Amino acid sequence: MGFLSYLISGISLGSVYAIIALGYTMVYGIAKMLNFAHGDVIMIGSYVVFCAVSVMGMPPGIGILIAVVVCTVLGVVIERIAYKPLRGTSPLAVLITAIGVSYFLQNAALLIFGAGAKSFTSVVNIPALKLAGGALSISGETMVTIGACIVIVIALSCFVKFTKSGRAMLAVSEDRQAAQLMGINVNGTIALTFAIGSALAAIAGVLLCSAYPNLTPYTGSMPGIKAFTAAVFGGIGSIPGAMIGGILLGVIENLSKAYISTQLSDAIVFAVLIVVLLVKPTGILGKKVSEKV
Amino acid sequence: MAMLEVKDLEVYYGMIQAIKGISFTVNEGEVIALIGANGAGKTTILQTITGMIPAKRGTILFDGVDITKVPGHKIVPMGMAHVPEGRRVFSQLSVLDNLRLGAYSRKDKNEIEETLEMVYHRFPRLKERRKQIAGTLSGGEQQMLAMGRALMSKPRIILMDEPSMGLSPIFVSEIFDIVREISESGTTVLLVEQNAKKALAIADRAYVLETGNIVLEGEADVLLNDESVKKAYLGE
Repeated sequence: MGFLSYLISGISLGSVYAIIALGYTMVYGIAKMLNFAHGDVIMIGSYVVFCAVSVMGMPPGIGILIAVVVCTVLGVVIERIAYKPLRGTSPLAVLITAIGVSYFLQNAALLIFGAGAKSFTSVVNIPALKLAGGALSISGETMVTIGACIVIVIALSCFVKFTKSGRAMLAVSEDRQAAQLMGINVNGTIALTFAIGSALAAIAGVLLCSAYPNLTPYTGSMPGIKAFTAAVFGGIGSIPGAMIGGILLGVIENLSKAYISTQLSDAIVFAVLIVVLLVKPTGILGKKVSEKV
Repeated sequence: MAMLEVKDLEVYYGMIQAIKGISFTVNEGEVIALIGANGAGKTTILQTITGMIPAKRGTILFDGVDITKVPGHKIVPMGMAHVPEGRRVFSQLSVLDNLRLGAYSRKDKNEIEETLEMVYHRFPRLKERRKQIAGTLSGGEQQMLAMGRALMSKPRIILMDEPSMGLSPIFVSEIFDIVREISESGTTVLLVEQNAKKALAIADRAYVLETGNIVLEGEADVLLNDESVKKAYLGE
């Protein structure tokens, strides 16, 4: 039963990575940039829920809703102020700006909330599921996290495939100028992508902190990097790829912790990534696209 | 009043002046050809008209409205479509999805299906391959898709950039026949071509470009018999 239990909690952790990875992968696919501040948007979302629920005593549902709104606005504002003026310049300038935004958000949180860890109260109050006569227990958080990931991936895939805005995203991701010739507002489409990615970051933050309740200004940083890894793992730019990459990463990490070494688990995760990229440089579901020069 | 009027247009790429103050007009119902060698600035002119590149100086009037500074995505709904150089179809999407994207800016949902039928009628091959991924089409088929996609916006004027480039001779003739048909169905055409002979054969009037300047203009059949044009562009 031990293995099954580790596997399920790995899938749960991986589902959080997957939700974060979706934000990375969509922004990369459409705006062609790595938004390294994405992980810190998660942290901001978690603080918003913390303030709303633990400090002001609002119901968790309202807290999550406020966090989603705050993160959506934050994502769009970051894009508008920090990234949009750099459109058309060197990708390196955008990358460095993203790292700068990441530090800005971390230090802003440090200034407001201090360095001490806040104890996050889980927003999930579903009782744990006991299976096999109590030998296997699946927590409410685990079930909610996995369920949320599945719902989000399906909803996002349908949005991209079947709605007009979704198709505009696909068009912009493939050829910005040609998309503009169709009458698509490219800037608007990129802003929408940031809005969706950041809203997902808020949800990921809540799920992450419900499972691992230590909230600090650096909470988003490591999951952010791992989710980025997951996005590359699955094939950056691909929605199902982000999900597969995220879950695999979570499972590998958890099983390494359980059977090999807690200290080495991250090293093992990244070693697997390196091997995958050596064998298939575009990631598991990545499309082979030659970069335009 | 001319449908499209370009006045004293100047365009720069950084410090380099690509278009050096050119003026021309396109009247409703005409087929106008812009011909000239590689690097003369033909593509740049089309890209500036549809807002892909900003103009440094000069004005572009469409139906008398100044569109020089109008963002590109707002020009399509005004009734102008652009078939870009190199076709630029969305290679990972299906033929049908490409065509639907062509109608992106239209609000009249019910009539889009009619336009789709019209496009299928004109390009039966696109109908046969509507579920195929656009990247797997041949060059000629992709050109047809790019044209069909532009027609989906129901344009009053269509800008075409080198539609015959890189195609086999059979397809080249077919493409020029289609351009003629599009014109005959009432759409104004501004055609950029390196294949000057074919372009002049279907155009009403033409402008000859050399390194960012218009050096010659006139009726297409007059230019077709002009000694300097013959020598420089028709290979005679």
